[in-house]
Amino acid sequence: MNLDVNVEQTQVTSGNGKGAPQVKVSGLHKSFRDQIVLKGIDLEVGHGETLSVLGRSGTGKSVLLKLIIGLHKPDSGSIRVEGEEITKLPVKALNEVRKKMGFLFQQAALYDSLTVAENVAFPLQRHSPKSEEHRKRHVKELLAQVGMENEAHKLPSEISGGMQKRAGLARALALEPDILLFDEPTSGLDTITAEEICKLILHLQQERRITSIVGTYDMKGAQTVSDRLALMRDGQVLIQGTFDDLRKSQDPFVKQFLNGSEE
Amino acid sequence: MAPPVILCSVVVLAHIATEGPRFLFQKPPLQSILKSFVSFFEWFGNLGMFCGRLLWATITPPYEGKEFLHQFDELGAKSLPLVALAGAATGVVITLSTRDSLVRFGAKSFLPAVAIFSIIKESGPVITGLVVSGRVAAGIGAELGAMKVTEQIDAMEASAVNTYKYLAATRVVACILMLPLLALVTDFCGVLTGWMTHTLVDPISLRLFLDHGFKGMAFKDFLPPTLKTAVFGLIIGVVACFQGMRTSGGTEGVERAATSSVVLASLLIILADVLLVRLILTFFS
Repeated sequence: MNLDVNVEQTQVTSGNGKGAPQVKVSGLHKSFRDQIVLKGIDLEVGHGETLSVLGRSGTGKSVLLKLIIGLHKPDSGSIRVEGEEITKLPVKALNEVRKKMGFLFQQAALYDSLTVAENVAFPLQRHSPKSEEHRKRHVKELLAQVGMENEAHKLPSEISGGMQKRAGLARALALEPDILLFDEPTSGLDTITAEEICKLILHLQQERRITSIVGTYDMKGAQTVSDRLALMRDGQVLIQGTFDDLRKSQDPFVKQFLNGSEE
Repeated sequence: MAPPVILCSVVVLAHIATEGPRFLFQKPPLQSILKSFVSFFEWFGNLGMFCGRLLWATITPPYEGKEFLHQFDELGAKSLPLVALAGAATGVVITLSTRDSLVRFGAKSFLPAVAIFSIIKESGPVITGLVVSGRVAAGIGAELGAMKVTEQIDAMEASAVNTYKYLAATRVVACILMLPLLALVTDFCGVLTGWMTHTLVDPISLRLFLDHGFKGMAFKDFLPPTLKTAVFGLIIGVVACFQGMRTSGGTEGVERAATSSVVLASLLIILADVLLVRLILTFFS
C-alpha cells in the first residue's frame, strides 16, 4: 500500500525539472556472491541538484555510489552520467567520465605515503595539462578553500579525521568535477566537525553549482545539504522527495528514520 | 593415477600454505577439500585475468616512469644489503661444506671451481629469489592490501588512474629488472666470502682463487642462471600485486595477503627453478 504511494511520489518529485538529469540510475541490481545488495534502484539527479541517499548502515548506499563512479559493475540496470551509459564502457572511456566526477570516501582514503598537498595534487599531476607552477597554485587554493592550508605538508596519519575529510574533499574537487559523490561525509566525526563539513559542502555547492549525491545515515546533515532525499531500505528506494514530502509520509519506517525513534 | 594424486597434493598444500591447515579439521572434511579445489581453480582463473590486464597495462602508453624509478629504488636498491648479506653467508657455508667433502676425496684443489660454480649456477640466483621474495613480496602484499582495505585503490580508480599501470606494472617491471642485478650482488659477495673462508684455512691469493674458479666457466654457465632470476622477479611481482589488490577483510585480510604473497612466491620460485634448470640444461649444455 505504502509502496504504491511512494512510486507516485517518485514520479512527481524525481529530478528537479531543469531538463535532462545529469545522473540517471534505472533498474539497478547488484549482489556480491549470494548477498543481494541492490534490488532495482531508480534515481535521477538534475544539474546542480543535491540528492541525499539515506538509509541504515548496510543498505547499499556506498555500493550505489561506487556503481555510479564505475568502481563496481552492476548485475543489471542502467547508469547514465550526462546521458552516457557507463555500465558497459571500457576502462579508458570510463576514466574520461570519472574525470568529471569527484568522490569523497567514507574514511577519506588519502594516500598514506603522500602528504596532504601531494594527495590533492595527485589527480592534477595525472590529468591536468597545466604547468607545475599552476598546479601548485591550484592545490594551494583548494586547500585554502577547505581550511587546510597550514596542514599541507603533513601526512594523513598526522591529522584528525575531520581534517582528513577536508583534505579528501579538496582532492575530490581537484579536477573541477561537475558531479560530486559523498560517501558518509560526516560519519565518525563529532557533531561540531560534522556540521562544519556540511557547511563546507553547502558552501562549495552554492559557489560551484556542482551536482551532488550524498550517501548518509545522518538525517540532520542530509537536511542541511540536500535539495531532495531518497530513503533506502532493503536494497530499494522506499521513498524520495523533498524533506517535507518525507515528513508527510505515513510509512512507519520513514517516520522512524526521520524522528530517530518509533512513535 | 599419479597426476591426479600430484594435483590433489598441490591443491591441498597450496590451500594449507595460504589459508592454514584449519580447513582440514572442519566438518565434513570432504566438502572442505572440494571447496578448496573450487577456490584453487578460481584463484588461477582470477590470476589469469589479472595477468592479462597487467600485460595490457604494461605495454600500452602512457608509462609511469617516475613511479617506476621510485619502485626501482624501493624494491631493488633497498634490498641490496639483505641480498649482499645472504650472498656472503651462502659463500661461507658452501665453501665450508664443500671443502669438507672435497678433502675427504682428496680433491681439495677443486674447491674454488666447485664453490664458484655452485654459487653462480644455482645458490646465488635461488637465494636471491627467496630472500627478495621474503622482503619484497611481503612488502608489496601488505602495502597494496592496506591500500585496498582503506579504499585507497578505489580512490585512485575514482581519480581516473589505471591502478594496474600505476601500482602493479611499475612494481612487476621493477622486480623483473632488479632481480638479475641483485643476483650479481649475491654472486659477488658469495665468491668474495668463499675466498675469505678458504684463505683463512688455506691461504690463497684472490687472483689465484678466481683463476682456478673461473677457468672452466663459460658465459652459458653464468648468463642463463643469472637471467632466470628475472622469472623469479616476475613471479614475486605478479603474485604479490595480485594477492595485495584482491585483499578483503580489514587487518586480518592484510596479514593474509602479506603471508600468502611470501608463501606462494617462494613456493612458485622453487617450482619454477626446477623447470628453468631443466630448460637451461636442455638449451645451453
